[in-house]
Amino acid sequence: MAVMNTAAVSIEHLGFTYPGQPNIFTDLNLQIETGERFGIFGPNGAGKTTLMYCMTGLLSYQQGKLSLFGNDIAAHTKETNKLFGFVPQDFSFYQELSPVQNLEFFGAWCGLNKQTIKQRTTELLEVLGLADVRNKQVQKFSGGMKRRVNLAIGVIHNPRILFLDEPTVGVDIQTRNAIINYLKELNKNGTTLIYTSHQLSEAEELCNKIALIEAGKIIAHNTLDNLLSEHKEDGLEGLYLNLTGKAYRDGNV
Amino acid sequence: MYKLWATIKKDISVLLRDKVGLTLMFTMPIVLAIVITTIQNSTFELVNNNKVPLLLCNRDTGDASKQLITAIEKVGMFDIKQVTQNQTDQEIIDRMHAKDALVAVIIPANFSEKIVANAKNISGKALNNFGLQADTTKASADSVEPLTLYYHPVLQTSFRLSVNGALRSSLQLVQNKQILKSLYFALNEKELPKNLEDQVVNENVPINEISVSRDGTRNIPNATQHNIPAWTIFAMFFIVISLGSSVVREKLNGSFVRLKTLPTNYLVALISKQLTYLLVTMVQAICIFAIGIWLFPVMGLPKLNLPSDLFGLLIVLLICGWCAVSFAICIGVFAQTQEQANGIGAVSVVLLAAIGGILVPSFAMPSSFHLIIQLSPLHWALEAFYGLFLEGGKLKDILINILPLLIITVLIQIVTLWGLKRKNLI
Repeated sequence: MAVMNTAAVSIEHLGFTYPGQPNIFTDLNLQIETGERFGIFGPNGAGKTTLMYCMTGLLSYQQGKLSLFGNDIAAHTKETNKLFGFVPQDFSFYQELSPVQNLEFFGAWCGLNKQTIKQRTTELLEVLGLADVRNKQVQKFSGGMKRRVNLAIGVIHNPRILFLDEPTVGVDIQTRNAIINYLKELNKNGTTLIYTSHQLSEAEELCNKIALIEAGKIIAHNTLDNLLSEHKEDGLEGLYLNLTGKAYRDGNV
Repeated sequence: MYKLWATIKKDISVLLRDKVGLTLMFTMPIVLAIVITTIQNSTFELVNNNKVPLLLCNRDTGDASKQLITAIEKVGMFDIKQVTQNQTDQEIIDRMHAKDALVAVIIPANFSEKIVANAKNISGKALNNFGLQADTTKASADSVEPLTLYYHPVLQTSFRLSVNGALRSSLQLVQNKQILKSLYFALNEKELPKNLEDQVVNENVPINEISVSRDGTRNIPNATQHNIPAWTIFAMFFIVISLGSSVVREKLNGSFVRLKTLPTNYLVALISKQLTYLLVTMVQAICIFAIGIWLFPVMGLPKLNLPSDLFGLLIVLLICGWCAVSFAICIGVFAQTQEQANGIGAVSVVLLAAIGGILVPSFAMPSSFHLIIQLSPLHWALEAFYGLFLEGGKLKDILINILPLLIITVLIQIVTLWGLKRKNLI
């Protein structure tokens, strides 16, 4: 294992391409420090999700180096995979099962023992307001409740880095507020958050550092305050439109 | 170990929620086993117990035709309905179309007269050959008019040949008797004594019937003994519908994405699925066997007799179940959608069942199919089951069937692992 004080995520000269398609990334460099609440933003097709999939080892990159706390993600070692949690945009669990059954299964796959899983399940369901429905089938839950189950599974093993791909899409204000508050709480306890979303107001509330991606390149990377003052904008939405333009970006399907 | 246990628990819970899948896995093969056994049982009974309905029109008035009818009755395979001698051939054919009988025999008008004349002719020639003086009575040299045998076209060739053989042996008996009588009369100038006639005609060389079952028992094969093993195998392989689509569902929904990021190899999920669904196949077999043992007799169907080598049966069930599970997972790994898994899975299992002898006996297939038959795991499984259920064999007797089944299973596993590796899933 690498030493504790290295960057949470270190990306050097990353090159990635899908088979038979133009390059997504050619020479991407990015450093995310431990304890940051890092937002990755950009128009549709900019490469946000691809970058997140590379960082979580779901996609294998062709060039460069990508490490989490100094551990090469490409090695796919158990130790590296234990370092992070992932909350995908889609509901990534078994809808036929209850929250408890899901947490028991995914907890075991994270390498936790039965006792720890039980303890973490109780804590998480309580904090995320799911204690009353702990044994009900998730299939029957509202979208907001499913989002919270999705989040609970991602953090059951207390990961040091948490990747969040649009964790609040399609939920009501109350659920969004609860999720954001919980994420802030996690961050206070030392978890580095790496987050993508199209909810810019939410991002302003959550993130302390951001990167804007356009066509596979990072076009801005700094704290939110610095970026706003640098570009003379008073909000993330204005900054976003200023840097990425107003044209549609999802025409090349 | 806890990871595997938690995964098995998850798989069982997901499976129990899949009501449609469970219904398909258990109800469908049970219904098939009951329906097919009931239908086949009537065919078996027709061959083994029931008599063939036969219309008999005797247009002759002599003794030879009466002797022929008695001989036919003694064969024991016919349910004879005599019709009046003035019925025309067309009327008899019409009655057969009306399913009154599968076979009809018409004895021509001067049958007895011709049989007697023919016998005298033969005996006369024989005496002349022996250098003895033959009867001076002039025997008719006309040949006997043929018997007419009508048969319903549904009658299988083998069955028709056995009917023909039975009639021919009855006819031979009558002819021999007449020749004997004629010879005796020519030599002794008196009638053949009754006791001598009976002795000569009835004291045939006996035929010992011995069943070639391996354990020496004489269980007559019935529809249950054939169908329960066959449909148990089919049921086991039909889990492809539930298991194949379960693998695809897991691949397509987000849970698979998350699983790939966790510090556990996907092989754990595969082992769990194999163990869970192997358990399902064992429960399927127990259910279908239980129906054969306890429900079938209540329904008037033959009871299932379990083989004497129960350990051998367990081994065959386990290997067959493992092969079925491996096949289903393989389909799930390569299918892109649930529809593909269901379609390819169902069609391939029906095809493998057809060429494996589940739907049509393997021996009835054209010779060009004999190589393809060997490729169906259901064929080897069925042969192993028949070795135990019908031939009374032991495990050592069916190793020759288990081994190819095991080899096919290992090959399917290798293909599955290659597919997972190719898709970067393990």
